Amino acid sequence: MRINVLSLFIVCCLLASCDQKKSLANKTKVNNVEVVDEQDGDLLIYERFEDMEYIFNNENDTTYVINFWATWCKPCVEELPYFDQLFTEYRAEKIKIILVSLDFPKQIESKLKPYLLKNKVLPQVMVLKDGNANEWIGQVSEDWDGAIPATIIYNKNKRLFIGGEVPSYANLKDKVEPLINN
Amino acid sequence: MIKQFFSIAFVAICLFSITSCDTGAATANDDSSKVEKEKTVKKDMLAKANIKDLKVGDKAPDFKLKGIDGKMMSLADVKDAKGYIVTFTCNTCPYAVMYEDRLIELHNNMAAKGYPVIAINPNDPDVKEGDSFDAMVNRAKEKSFPFAYLFDDGQKVYPQYGATKTPHVFLLDADRTVRYIGSIDDSANDPEAVKKKYVEMAIEAIEKGEEPTPDYTKAIGCSIKKKA
Repeated sequence: MRINVLSLFIVCCLLASCDQKKSLANKTKVNNVEVVDEQDGDLLIYERFEDMEYIFNNENDTTYVINFWATWCKPCVEELPYFDQLFTEYRAEKIKIILVSLDFPKQIESKLKPYLLKNKVLPQVMVLKDGNANEWIGQVSEDWDGAIPATIIYNKNKRLFIGGEVPSYANLKDKVEPLINN
Repeated sequence: MIKQFFSIAFVAICLFSITSCDTGAATANDDSSKVEKEKTVKKDMLAKANIKDLKVGDKAPDFKLKGIDGKMMSLADVKDAKGYIVTFTCNTCPYAVMYEDRLIELHNNMAAKGYPVIAINPNDPDVKEGDSFDAMVNRAKEKSFPFAYLFDDGQKVYPQYGATKTPHVFLLDADRTVRYIGSIDDSANDPEAVKKKYVEMAIEAIEKGEEPTPDYTKAIGCSIKKKA
């Protein structure tokens, strides 16, 4: 009996803590269609770009901040805390931050997951495995030639591409602010 | 009605550009003028930074850089060159490393035909320790690089080409005209899955007197960090 109550309690705790991230994932649906190749805990893993394309084409009241990074990319890793900070500071606003990892498929278990755990990365993380980069890079932004880090900030009215590292949190916030509630 | 809208948008743009910092961020209401403003700001920034952003059809500059053999080298030093496969690459970027073997193969296949690989490390060793000149020498020895591997000391050459990442290939013909820009092939992660060897295809086209198709491709790579 005690074990059952304990298990129930643990399950409830887990569900409660997962809830926010799951509900954030649901908010990225367009037309209620979300094709995910693999959901590993909170990590969404996509084999093909076309399956995650929807995150770039939302037309609701939310501002999207999508960052391309990888654990092996030093400047990417250096700017990640700014996105964590953005996540925390704008928690109450209509903003959705997605970190798209380009870590190699073989290193998702060995490098990416340990990194996320150790650094308690807050925003939604997705992994894109699609190796045919020439096909999809231009679909993210015509100004992007593939160098990472790179960030897209958009809402239904405005779209912004930032190539290269964001120099500071203040700089990132300055770019995002005009789009929130506009 | 439309005129009114545009004049309001114009005034808004003027006000915004006077009052806001030049961060390159667009704040105009109209979509197309926002894109134009972004492009103009980018051009200004590039001009200030002396970055030329070579396009296919432009003439690429020659240079004089130190190679891992200790000697200074220019494109003009290459005898009987029909073209040059100028490749910005480095020791530390996993994408560059993934292409090392294929770069070796490319040189071995193409140099004899008059198209040698000229590899250039554009990174600042103060920022990336693993990309120091000594590290370059070691790596070249480890992998027996058959091609020239040059050090962009002071990071002066890569901005003249507009290289933004490693690896980044600029295929030049004998006149140093840019004929192809982009990646070596269409599958970075998996050499077995390569369907299009872009650089080889481009050289084939040049040999036939045709224009390379594609002449420009995009690929993931590590951004090049300029000294602050």
